[in-house]
Amino acid sequence: MSHDGHAEAAGLWSRIFSTDHKVIAKQYLFTGIAMAFLGGILAQIMRLQLSNPGHPVPGLGVVQGIKYNATVTMHGTVMIFWVAMPLLLGAFGNFLIPLMVGTRDMAFPRLNMLSYWTFFLSTVVLVSSFLVPGGPSPVGWTAYPPLSAIPAYSGNTWGVHLWILAVALELVAFLMGGINYITTAINLRAPGMRMRDLPLVVWMQIAASIIFLFSVGPLVAGAVMLLLDRTAGTGFYNPAAGGDPLLFQHLFWFFGHPEVYVLLLPGLGIVAEILPVFSRKPIFGYRMIVWSTVVTGLLSFVVWAHHQFVSGIDPRLAAPFSLTTILISVPVAVTLFCFMATLYRGSIEFKTPMLFALGMMAVFLIGGVTGILNGSAAADIYIHDTYFVVAHFHYALIPPVFFSFFAGIYYWYPKMFGRMMNETLGRLHFLGTFLFVNVTFLPMFVMGLRGYPRRVYDPSQFVALGNMGGMQILATIGTAGLLFSQVPLLINFFGSMKRGRVAGANPWRANTLEWLAPSPPQHGNFDEIPSVYRWPYEYSAPGRDNDWYPQHVAPEGALSRKAG
Amino acid sequence: MSTPTSPGRPAVPASSPAPYAAPRAATSVPTGRLGIWWFLASEVVIFGGLVTIYVLFRLRHPEWGKLAAHTMTVAGAVNTLVLLTSSLTMVLAHESVERGNLRLASQAMLQSVFAGGVFLVIKAFEYTHEIVQGFTPVAGLFWSFYFAMTGLHALHVLGGLVAILAVRRAVQRGENPHRVEYVGIYWHFVDVVWIFLFPLLYLASRG
Repeated sequence: MSHDGHAEAAGLWSRIFSTDHKVIAKQYLFTGIAMAFLGGILAQIMRLQLSNPGHPVPGLGVVQGIKYNATVTMHGTVMIFWVAMPLLLGAFGNFLIPLMVGTRDMAFPRLNMLSYWTFFLSTVVLVSSFLVPGGPSPVGWTAYPPLSAIPAYSGNTWGVHLWILAVALELVAFLMGGINYITTAINLRAPGMRMRDLPLVVWMQIAASIIFLFSVGPLVAGAVMLLLDRTAGTGFYNPAAGGDPLLFQHLFWFFGHPEVYVLLLPGLGIVAEILPVFSRKPIFGYRMIVWSTVVTGLLSFVVWAHHQFVSGIDPRLAAPFSLTTILISVPVAVTLFCFMATLYRGSIEFKTPMLFALGMMAVFLIGGVTGILNGSAAADIYIHDTYFVVAHFHYALIPPVFFSFFAGIYYWYPKMFGRMMNETLGRLHFLGTFLFVNVTFLPMFVMGLRGYPRRVYDPSQFVALGNMGGMQILATIGTAGLLFSQVPLLINFFGSMKRGRVAGANPWRANTLEWLAPSPPQHGNFDEIPSVYRWPYEYSAPGRDNDWYPQHVAPEGALSRKAG
Repeated sequence: MSTPTSPGRPAVPASSPAPYAAPRAATSVPTGRLGIWWFLASEVVIFGGLVTIYVLFRLRHPEWGKLAAHTMTVAGAVNTLVLLTSSLTMVLAHESVERGNLRLASQAMLQSVFAGGVFLVIKAFEYTHEIVQGFTPVAGLFWSFYFAMTGLHALHVLGGLVAILAVRRAVQRGENPHRVEYVGIYWHFVDVVWIFLFPLLYLASRG
């Protein structure tokens, strides 16, 4: 956020409790990054324990039983709700939507501020659960009853209370954010900007927000019911009182599976913005990608029970849910093929954002393909609750949550902070991340297929599974390498704020409206609201000197062109 | 945080704390109305989820019909009437604002607030009566649902009363008259939810 010097002191309060979408975006960004390190460290604790079973983890003792369960639970919870959501939706959604549709701020700036501070409160509640007696929640990030509903079963009272409260608050925060995103993108578009002129990342943010909005309500209600079961003594999930523990699984996954697409779509959107810029080619199949997004969104509401194939649901339900699950890979594949076709015969520049965008596609492909195995009930019954599933969903979620996020950060950093990031450090960061993601998770496919179960703190207990110690150690080296690979990013991210090359308004020679605003944009973004004349992907248009043609540049007068 | 300025950047006034009002509506729908409809969409899913869960449980437990007979049907019916009337006065408030009669609008909103208050008083009376008889929120799953659903609805009524009073105060000063419509849309939604809750919880009582 930019200030004249003399206004600096007076505006401290309004800078913290800012209604400016760019400040709120950065608040989400920094909260998300901090939580990412918490989530990463929790993962490393698990990995250290697994590769050295029975022996203490330095500084923590042997992480077993409830302690290990709490580590698993908090890793999952933090990464999904406090890293993926704030980074992809909170940071990029807030930063990009008003700039890309060409307006001065969100439709409801105060609601936007309330959304961040609700999220902040939820973060405080979650982090404070590490400090209560009994430690944080050990009941899994899915919090299935009866384990979560009856405190005696998990041996944890306050950790789970606070966990439920924090998650419910977080969901409400993003509900408020989502209403803002949708309304802004629909109604605050600059003059001349039709829906089909929207950059794809805005489409994907809208789609993600709508999916979130229509799936989260029942879980909010379900979370309150779970809290009542634990505290007031109701029996919504207690069979002895006429309730049903399966109910929570339905409520959780009715939200939880669409949530996967809530995270995937903005990630794909970021890639869709970067590929044309660094291929100097229009995106291939804009309308196909938009329709695929719509179809993905619709299908995402009818796949949830594939998480419950072994939970005791009616077997007749398994076939239709297998079908829809496998079906949803079609629109996602269409999108990926459009991306590849965009690259075809482009003038590809391997800058850091492009490397991460390509890495996202490569890694996500493995996640997507293995999803088909999990989706068919027959195969899933064998691999359910094994490391195969762990490997699959990390391959499916790390690409949008981290690769897309990194791609987006390297790409929009000049707009956010006014300076360029360093290319060499960026490449180093990419190489380390790409390598160690695969070192960590490829062995898990093998372990899973051999039957090794998830959520078990001592692999040596399962003599029948044979010696998988080597693969456990390999995966642990992978997570350690992954954590260390983020050092170049941190140096680059914070160092470039002072030392980076001054970016100028449009360093990538891109078309979308955010590159019209100064870097970083002032409060209100644009000196004058731009008018839009074309779609966002007009690269290498024939008959022009420049190979880019920004959305806001008026076509040269038809008359003078004819005269020339 | 020191941030560089790009070359040729025009002098910009220090960022003001004042949020920007939405400048334009690209669709013909006013931004506030669009926002409130999306908000209600999220509310529909919350109440819709609860109602669906309740209906599925109710089909599994025909014996809940006998429990539902212990609800105070007459009080519920009176409350339905009260809430519907309050929606009528909200429509009148909206109509008055459209005609530019802010005094009448603020009067009609006060009538809605009064009716909403009466609704909550009657509901509190019902709760007291039920709890005294031993039908507490933990007396069984039916009563858990009853209190959870009507309780969530009552919270929405309470929130609506606060919202109407806030909008009314602004309207009396001549500010943001268009918000009467938005708070009205919300108020009708609260009304519609009750139209679902009343038959499901009070009337379907013979199993």
